[in-house]
Amino acid sequence: MSSEPKTLYDKIWAAHEVGRRADGNSLLYIDLQLLHEVTSPQAFEGLQLADRPLWRVDANLATPDHNVPTSGRELGFAGITDEVALEQVVTLDKNCKAFGVQQFEILDPRQGIVHVVGPEQGATMPGMTVVCGDSHTSTHGAFAALAQGIGTSEVEHVMATQCLVQNKAKNFAVNVTGALTDGVTAKDLVLAIIGRLGTAEATGHTIEYRGEAIRQLSMEGRMTLCNMSIEAGARAGLVAVDDTTISYLHGRPFAPKGEQWNQAEDYWRTLVSDEEAVFDASITIDASAVAPQVSWGTSPEMVAGIDEQVPDPAEMSDAVQAESTGLALKYMDLSAHQKITDIAISRVFIGSCTNARIEDLRSAAAQIRGGKVSPNVTEALVVPGSGLVKAQAEAEGLAEQFTQAGFQWRSAGCSMCLGMNPDQLGEGEHCASTSNRNFEGRQGYGGRTHLVSPAMAAAAAIHGRFVDIRDDQQGEG
Amino acid sequence: MDAFTQLNGLVAPLDRANVDTDQIIPKQYLKSIKRTGFGDYLFDAWRFLDQGTIGMTPNERQLNREFALNLPKYQGASILIARDNFGCGSSREHAVWALKEFGFRAVLAPSFADIFFGNCFKNGVLPIILPADVLDGFFERAASGLQLSIDLQAQTVTDGEQAHGFEIDSALKEKMLKGMDDIDLTLAEAQLIRDFEVGHRQRQPWLFRD
Ligand code: SF4
Repeated sequence: MSSEPKTLYDKIWAAHEVGRRADGNSLLYIDLQLLHEVTSPQAFEGLQLADRPLWRVDANLATPDHNVPTSGRELGFAGITDEVALEQVVTLDKNCKAFGVQQFEILDPRQGIVHVVGPEQGATMPGMTVVCGDSHTSTHGAFAALAQGIGTSEVEHVMATQCLVQNKAKNFAVNVTGALTDGVTAKDLVLAIIGRLGTAEATGHTIEYRGEAIRQLSMEGRMTLCNMSIEAGARAGLVAVDDTTISYLHGRPFAPKGEQWNQAEDYWRTLVSDEEAVFDASITIDASAVAPQVSWGTSPEMVAGIDEQVPDPAEMSDAVQAESTGLALKYMDLSAHQKITDIAISRVFIGSCTNARIEDLRSAAAQIRGGKVSPNVTEALVVPGSGLVKAQAEAEGLAEQFTQAGFQWRSAGCSMCLGMNPDQLGEGEHCASTSNRNFEGRQGYGGRTHLVSPAMAAAAAIHGRFVDIRDDQQGEG
Repeated sequence: MDAFTQLNGLVAPLDRANVDTDQIIPKQYLKSIKRTGFGDYLFDAWRFLDQGTIGMTPNERQLNREFALNLPKYQGASILIARDNFGCGSSREHAVWALKEFGFRAVLAPSFADIFFGNCFKNGVLPIILPADVLDGFFERAASGLQLSIDLQAQTVTDGEQAHGFEIDSALKEKMLKGMDDIDLTLAEAQLIRDFEVGHRQRQPWLFRD
């Protein structure tokens, strides 16, 4: 029945369901597939072996990001010293040329992390279905696009058929009331949400972030929020269309122009959940109560407010939780009841598809205030999410502020978000990182990751430990 | 994808429970850009005594002569029998690619991990769930050169004298019998997709850049 109230997810799903099979699975039409060098080679090879064409060349967009080094970029391929990494990047280049896929190659100023590049170009639009062989595809949900990470066979399937075979997920509403306070960002909000939900609560669901606090977020903030939906176990995260969405898209290279823009805008404005729509599950969070967050453990749900302490496994009633907390504290070399502000750090990473957009760099730079990177911090990296973000930050004078304070200013890529390129965290080092995963060894063998916002990471770089940037703003730092 | 209707083959035993995908194909081999070339590294840490790197051939390696798959009597086996929860751990599809390239077309176990089970059907390898006592019998007889006949249409595994039935999802069965991979299956609905695309383009022309 068309009059039945629908959620935003229901609407996008219905607009892309090609058919339903007897076994209950649906064929879902895919509007955009983003490609990077790590998960696409086998899919391209599969197509070639089966002598199949790409179903729709224009629905694919590629850029190398995971393996590209963040220094010596002007050398292009020659700057990649790891042979295996080089082969993957070169293979992406060859495949894109062979199949006619548009690629922002290693020396293109538009190259960058695929989840930063897509929105920046206006390639991600409301109401779209977007896939990529990468779990953080959920980022694009900020545009009311149904965006999902998929496996290699599915990448090939989409290349060949423009469809995914899928079961519809359930609807999960995350209502965020009130407003975030000064010094608290979308990153802190999403960490607090995951801390509340746990890493599996939203499994099998698509989350829609709703409420006053979400409406007040910029597109950058919404992308940060949706980026980490996967860390709560959700297939995808969504934010409804509003003026913020529309004005962000206007004038972007891939966005429609002229009369088509008006037509698109009219449609995009319908991409909100109906008032009476029913969600299968929901939680409500008060944004005004969220403090800057710092993860202390080895899973994104292991977070605390900056004004709190590391928890004590002995005080936990759940035996499984107590055990995993104990193991995490051991790996992180932290002790129960230690104040979060007493955690010393020796490395800082500001970057990744979670927090490497211009707004993130601005808020990080604002914390420097003439200070210098602490002598206890051996390396503080700032890695813009794309070549265009880099250029803009340089034009705004941010790059200079960073380098003068002792930060390293790099070229766009995934960098130290994961140890697949030369930027790696050393064994036992504590890192204030704006990325999304604090798993054991994720940033480098034996490395200890603390997930934080860009402002918190920059402040930590200056102080050599975590500080409450809310105090700092009152001059008590 | 190759069709799977019937298979008569020699059985090789892998008498361990909870064999995870990292054991089936260790992560140092995943850096490849290919879907092929993993067979040489199947069960790498068990088949070989030395540490391998990608590109090495089995001839250059130090074979573990005690490991079942290396025994002369199991050479050429196309059916692997295993224990509970086979294929657990990471979702890497490389595990199935390695098994298939090594020569296995069917894996028989009392239970399988979810994702591995699904990945098998994407690659023409038939995972069959059989009661533990039936498998106990197979394990006992494997050493003396057990041959099994698998008939997917009839849903039976026959060991010479006795036929053992097994359950399988009808859609998955159909897919294997016809030798269709997911892409073939979807391409069978190509006209439906094209028709949808025409309407989709009319409704949202800005999604099409060609
Ligand atoms: S920045 Fe990190 S999370 Fe994002 S795509 Fe790259 S590796 Fe994945």
